[in-house]
Amino acid sequence: MHIIESGNVAAASGVQLSGAQVIAAYPITPQTPLTEKLSELVDAGELNAQYIPVESEHSAMSVCIAASSAGTRAFTATSANGLLYMNEQLHWAAGARLPIVMCVVNRGIGAPWTVWNDHQDAISQRDTGWIQLFCCDHQQIIDTVIQAFRLAETVRIPVMVCYDGYILSHTYMPFDIPEPAAVSRFLPEFAPDWALDPACPANLNTVTLPDIRPDVRGETAPGYMEIRQNLHGDMRRAIDVVADTDAAFAQTFGRGGNPFIEPYRCEDAEYVAVAMGSLSYQLRDVIDVLRQEGLAIGVAGLRLYRPFPNRAVAEALSAKKGVIVFEKAVSYGYEGPLYADIKAALYDCAHRPAVHNYILGLGGREIKTDDLFDSLRTCCGADAPEAREPAFVGLKI
Amino acid sequence: MKNDNNKNPDSKKYACHVSHSEPGPGDGGRTGSWRVLRPVIDLDKCIPAKRNKPACFSCWLYCPDGVITKTVPPTIDYEYCKGCEICAEECPADAITMVEETLMIMEEK
Amino acid sequence: MATNKTTILNLPEEELVHPGNRACSGCGLSIVYRTGLKALGRETILVVPPSCLTVLQGLYPIAATQLPCLNVTFASTAAAATGVLGALRARGKTGVQVAAWAGDGGTSDIGIQALSGACERGEDFIFICYDNEAYMNTGVQRSGTTPQHVLTTTTPISGKQQQKKDMPAIMAAHGIDYVATASAAYPLDLYDKIIKAKTISGPKYIHVHTPCPAGWGFSARYTVKIGRLAVETGLFDLYEQENGNFRLTGASQKLLGKKRKPVDEYFATQTRFKGLDTEKTRAIQEEVDQKWAAHEKVAAGIC
Repeated sequence: MHIIESGNVAAASGVQLSGAQVIAAYPITPQTPLTEKLSELVDAGELNAQYIPVESEHSAMSVCIAASSAGTRAFTATSANGLLYMNEQLHWAAGARLPIVMCVVNRGIGAPWTVWNDHQDAISQRDTGWIQLFCCDHQQIIDTVIQAFRLAETVRIPVMVCYDGYILSHTYMPFDIPEPAAVSRFLPEFAPDWALDPACPANLNTVTLPDIRPDVRGETAPGYMEIRQNLHGDMRRAIDVVADTDAAFAQTFGRGGNPFIEPYRCEDAEYVAVAMGSLSYQLRDVIDVLRQEGLAIGVAGLRLYRPFPNRAVAEALSAKKGVIVFEKAVSYGYEGPLYADIKAALYDCAHRPAVHNYILGLGGREIKTDDLFDSLRTCCGADAPEAREPAFVGLKI
Repeated sequence: MKNDNNKNPDSKKYACHVSHSEPGPGDGGRTGSWRVLRPVIDLDKCIPAKRNKPACFSCWLYCPDGVITKTVPPTIDYEYCKGCEICAEECPADAITMVEETLMIMEEK
Repeated sequence: MATNKTTILNLPEEELVHPGNRACSGCGLSIVYRTGLKALGRETILVVPPSCLTVLQGLYPIAATQLPCLNVTFASTAAAATGVLGALRARGKTGVQVAAWAGDGGTSDIGIQALSGACERGEDFIFICYDNEAYMNTGVQRSGTTPQHVLTTTTPISGKQQQKKDMPAIMAAHGIDYVATASAAYPLDLYDKIIKAKTISGPKYIHVHTPCPAGWGFSARYTVKIGRLAVETGLFDLYEQENGNFRLTGASQKLLGKKRKPVDEYFATQTRFKGLDTEKTRAIQEEVDQKWAAHEKVAAGIC
């Protein structure tokens, strides 16, 4: 069924179709309309879930951790400082291998206060052990939410579905709502291998020693480091599962096919702009004009940020002359975090393109098409400079 | 809860190491080795022993480690008794004496 | 209290805590925990934040507790209990108690926000706070419930300047149906209060005074004796507040109309009070006397 609705409602529809059983909610702009919609669906009897209006984001993730540990499909959503307030809980959820799904409606973080969009919130949680997927439009939001539950439950790693605050969350676009029966086939009921249960008591997430130790039957149990290595190993293996999940989704619903990178006019391109989220779609218009001017350029939208699909990135970019990374986040004191990741992914390649970095759109600063033109033209052609310090685009003073 | 209903065949590929502990004694080892003084029950004074029927059991009630049995007479699990002396302090009949562990070990040898 | 008080003879024999755990010798919490689990029974899911109980319950992969337990982050205990309850409802599972069990720091300091939220939402769980009056697991730092003048590792010379936070009163102010206090020295009273809490729906809060030999500075032998002295001197009162009605219970109730032991008798047993002088002791005695004058009035139905 096609409807025209906001990005937040697209996310809520995905959660509804996925049959989330426990939803924890705490308001924060620009996520709020998503959990408002879920409360409406639950109250109207259109979603059979426990809706828990907690008193903080820390508690929201805590509810999800406990509900998932007790064998249910759990969901929450947040933005910006709400996400940061969850930080220790995010590590906890991943370390406990709980397949929680969370929407992060991207917003800049304080201080100073901003309610507007950038990616600093999600990027700063990069190393929490969560899978992070970025969406470019409303269709991707609803589709990615549904995929996220299947992905999380397959690898037992929590998944963050990230989309741009306001630009996607509050704008209206047409999108297709998949048939519930088809979603049920794609995403079977949550049936975890273990859950908190008096019939089979276990003490979960206990203090774990640096070294291995025998269990009650005398068998060797892993130490902390083995458990953490296992999370890392499964995160790396999850790259394939992201592809498998996308392929299965495409087979059922006819959408997808680009699990890691969504290329636009990249095939014959000498230069490729890289961005995450809605910015990669904005760049398409710029690329079209530059193509008319005769520049062989394309844009690659990175969908999967963690685990980082380094091989797919190298494959997509290594043969190019130049790569221009646009990002809405900074690793303060160094450079754009995505820029660093992309350079690292290209390091082993026989040919390495020049890689440029632009930081833009922080705290909702308007990303002007003219600025994108200027940035791309600067980095393309014979006169293009060597890679250098990242440049901030759109500064006015 | 172990569950065999998981219909997602791919999930089996993941070892998914988690810290899930199972119940069992002696997590801290044989904590009886912590003991400096050993509680010894004088059955001539112990109330349930003397009456030969369930009574008193203050030692059982207050033992932090649950190593005293609620039996006639009560017995102490020296494998795990940490020697805190609460039983001796709380015994209304002064039936429990704390004896130097070293003396007891020498005697046993 | 219920008419059928539990006695030592009919207190269940089955132990739900394995011996050989890492709790200190003479640990007050061990008495409280061992008794508490008997009252909660096997159809219970525990939620525990970091505290001495984390250590007592065992290091991976061996658990001293025989109940299912979810270890959670320090600030999140009551919210995690909420999540377990939500999952049980979603799965249609009934008859399972959810009990959160935290120390005084995990309850009255870092855990208070989540606890307050869960009480406001009316979550159907029992929250047990074992109050050993400082951060014991990290080495005896002051907490919100450390009494005034007590020496801790973060109030090492002058003692704590501020008064003990009255956590049960804060909980009662949430308008929840059952708030009770208990003590490690009176396990049967604790047992009966947990049994009663299990019959009440909504949030239940039980605050348990829990002597700590290492942190309070007394020989492990005296854990029960010191807990008893706290009650007999009128410093820590055993009571229930059921549907808003305050009532002293057990040993505290028996003190009504009687002469209480002087507070310095309690202070003299522990090195943590060695910063007290005659004047400070007299001031505390006066506060206790005033509190008990109010208790007498309540018991007599005067106010």
